[in-house]
Amino acid sequence: MKKILAVDDSASMRQMVSFTLKKAGFDVTEAKDGSEALNIAKQQGFDAVISDVNMPVMDGITLIRELRALPSYKFTPLLMLTTESGLDKKSEGKAAGATGWIVKPFNPDQLLAVLKKVIR
Amino acid sequence: MSIDLSQFFEVFFEESFEGLDVMEAELLNLRPGEEDSETINTIFRAAHSIKGGSGTFGFTSVSDFTHVLETLLDQIRDGRRKLTSEHINLLLQSVDCLRAMLSALQNQSEPDASESQKLKAQFERILGLSSSEEQASATAQAAPEKQTYQIDFKPHAHLFKTGNEPLYMIGELAELGDLDIEVFTDAIPVFDEFNPEDCYLAWRFFLTTSSPTTAIDEIFEWVEDDADISVTLCGGLFEDEAEESIASSPEVENAKPSVKPTPEVVTAAAEKPLAKANAAVAEAKKSQDNASTSIRVGIDKVDSLINMVGELVITQAMLSQLGEQDMTESTVAALQEGLAQLAHNTRDLQESVMRIRMLPISFVFSRFPRLVRDISQKLNKQVELKLLGEQTELDKTVMEKISDPMVHLVRNSLDHGIETPEQRIAAGKDPVGTLTLNAFHQGGNIVIEIMDDGQGLNTEKIKQKAIANGLITEDDELSQEEVNELIFMPGFSTADAVSDISGRGVGMDVVRRNIQALNGSVEVSSARGVGSTFTIRLPLTLAILDGQLVQVAEHTYIIPLISIVESLQIDVKKVSRVGKNLDVLRLRDEYIPILRLYDIFNHDGAIEALDKSLLVVVESDNQKVGLLVDDLLAQQQVVIKSLEANYKRVDGISGATILGDGRVSLIIDISGLVKLSGLRKPGSQELIIEQNAEAVS
Repeated sequence: MKKILAVDDSASMRQMVSFTLKKAGFDVTEAKDGSEALNIAKQQGFDAVISDVNMPVMDGITLIRELRALPSYKFTPLLMLTTESGLDKKSEGKAAGATGWIVKPFNPDQLLAVLKKVIR
Repeated sequence: MSIDLSQFFEVFFEESFEGLDVMEAELLNLRPGEEDSETINTIFRAAHSIKGGSGTFGFTSVSDFTHVLETLLDQIRDGRRKLTSEHINLLLQSVDCLRAMLSALQNQSEPDASESQKLKAQFERILGLSSSEEQASATAQAAPEKQTYQIDFKPHAHLFKTGNEPLYMIGELAELGDLDIEVFTDAIPVFDEFNPEDCYLAWRFFLTTSSPTTAIDEIFEWVEDDADISVTLCGGLFEDEAEESIASSPEVENAKPSVKPTPEVVTAAAEKPLAKANAAVAEAKKSQDNASTSIRVGIDKVDSLINMVGELVITQAMLSQLGEQDMTESTVAALQEGLAQLAHNTRDLQESVMRIRMLPISFVFSRFPRLVRDISQKLNKQVELKLLGEQTELDKTVMEKISDPMVHLVRNSLDHGIETPEQRIAAGKDPVGTLTLNAFHQGGNIVIEIMDDGQGLNTEKIKQKAIANGLITEDDELSQEEVNELIFMPGFSTADAVSDISGRGVGMDVVRRNIQALNGSVEVSSARGVGSTFTIRLPLTLAILDGQLVQVAEHTYIIPLISIVESLQIDVKKVSRVGKNLDVLRLRDEYIPILRLYDIFNHDGAIEALDKSLLVVVESDNQKVGLLVDDLLAQQQVVIKSLEANYKRVDGISGATILGDGRVSLIIDISGLVKLSGLRKPGSQELIIEQNAEAVS
């Protein structure tokens, strides 16, 4: 079973993402901010990480940069959840090592469709 | 896959309301010109989360509105725009507006759009946007004919390190239609120079599809900077038509080599959850205001609860083991010990369960910074708000009910208490007034103080007003406290002109009545020119009461322990009869009216002789009365059951409980009882309530 780390400070978004992914047969771990996610990611491997950008303690961009610097996450798909207004965030995220982005708002089907681009 | 999004709504609403509270609190901390980036960031994040969630869950009215907020906050955050007080005011109004919109949605009704439209227009004016620009993307796209595209895809060497996988992209392409693939391997170096982490391959695809070019662009969207990509429409057979469609469809622009991210797809797809949400709305329309409330409980509280239950289970196991043995002297002793432990466990468990309902009073306090800011701005006063004891815990139900009376008292202090800066300077005070909210525990009660350093109560003015209203006569000699008490009387208001803030004439009496309905009390102390303090006392919970069990004839009643001053045997020599049938006991310097409970509740067979029965002196509304009972029984905590819910309201009784032997026992409502007995002191509150009730009706 593919393992995904879902990171979002909003509990409802986290639940939605996690629920959708679990239903699609993924093994999902949740984290509520970048720093928590980084700690979890260091302890176990994931096949993909989906992270919100704006979070307290450690934001998504920093998380992606830190993760990408880890040898075990060199090739891991790191996706960020962003809003359509955040165009410059996308390039900032890419520069930090993000694989791609999922534009908010999205529904569960879109999430799975997008995910198919990087994990099967 | 179909997933019912409505299952996430409750969490979304809860966190959105929390987010709005955070926004409000942080906005109040902002001063234009000295904003710190972390505060702005926190506000931005809250708005951002609400926008993301509302968009995802189909509440487009909320997400559209939050979008403009977020845009403004983003610009301020990035330093592209200076924060002004106009921005803060507008944002605060938006918080209110969002709260209303979300409440409406939570109750499954359509939010009122007029306010948000108005605010949105103001934001757009600040941002220099015209609202039409967002509409542009909504243009419908006609389903194109099948077309063949040539796609050249040459990833840069570092592609794998972005986490992207060409294989999956090719898979995506294949799903769009018929795909012919050519792979170019000529870039693969000799083995010595081969780096396994690099990508050396390139592809050319011919895709025949009816999907729009945006679908192709989307596949390569993430790698447009990490690869050379070109998408061209294959000419030949359909050249004319292709030309035509280039002219007519705005999307075809994207078919040119540069691949642009396109927002269209997302907007179109967002309609779907909305439709679903609307269906859910229609479905559940019948029950208004059915939002289930929930509380967040700290994990430590839950853990201690689990511990308690563990203890309880052990004790129970021990007892049942003892029960199986033959009864000898030693087992009886062990049984008694076990029962004592059970009692101990039960009480601990009870306390732990109660603690779950306890929330820090900061939940109430947190609404005051905003309130004080708005009101003092309106009144042109300068007020500093101090909050003390915010972590003091209080039952959630009590908390919800105390909020309104507190708002009233705070408004009152700001309006009547604290003076304008000019007046304060003239009085030799700091032009900035201080309003302090303080909460602390005292015994089984919580005490909330609302203190201002304003002008204090104007005793003369109050007296004159009371005389004018016929509450007292000119000849009445009233102490300072008694004068202060007058402000809690119905229909009393000293405000010269009825202002917008307070002084509508309904006021302090309602405050007092509401607090009394919670078994609490409110008092005022004041010094002219120095300030006033309103003190609210409340029981920590409404569910459990410390009671004194008393015997009247063969019945057991419960008197709330909190209202008992003392219990004594009556010295008959100090009893005198007043009027027809009222006995009064002189106790030290006070005269205590004696209420015979057997008389009030019509019980036969009670001890009627004063010297053979006991007197429980209780205090209510600053007035002491003695309740005559046959005997004092145990003191214990009782669980309050509502009489109204199970039977009907009974005067003089506030509720009932079930005793250890299974009998129902009634809990005495002292102030109700005093009223019921027809005992009225001249000038006392009860009399006036009746008079005014007549005047009003």
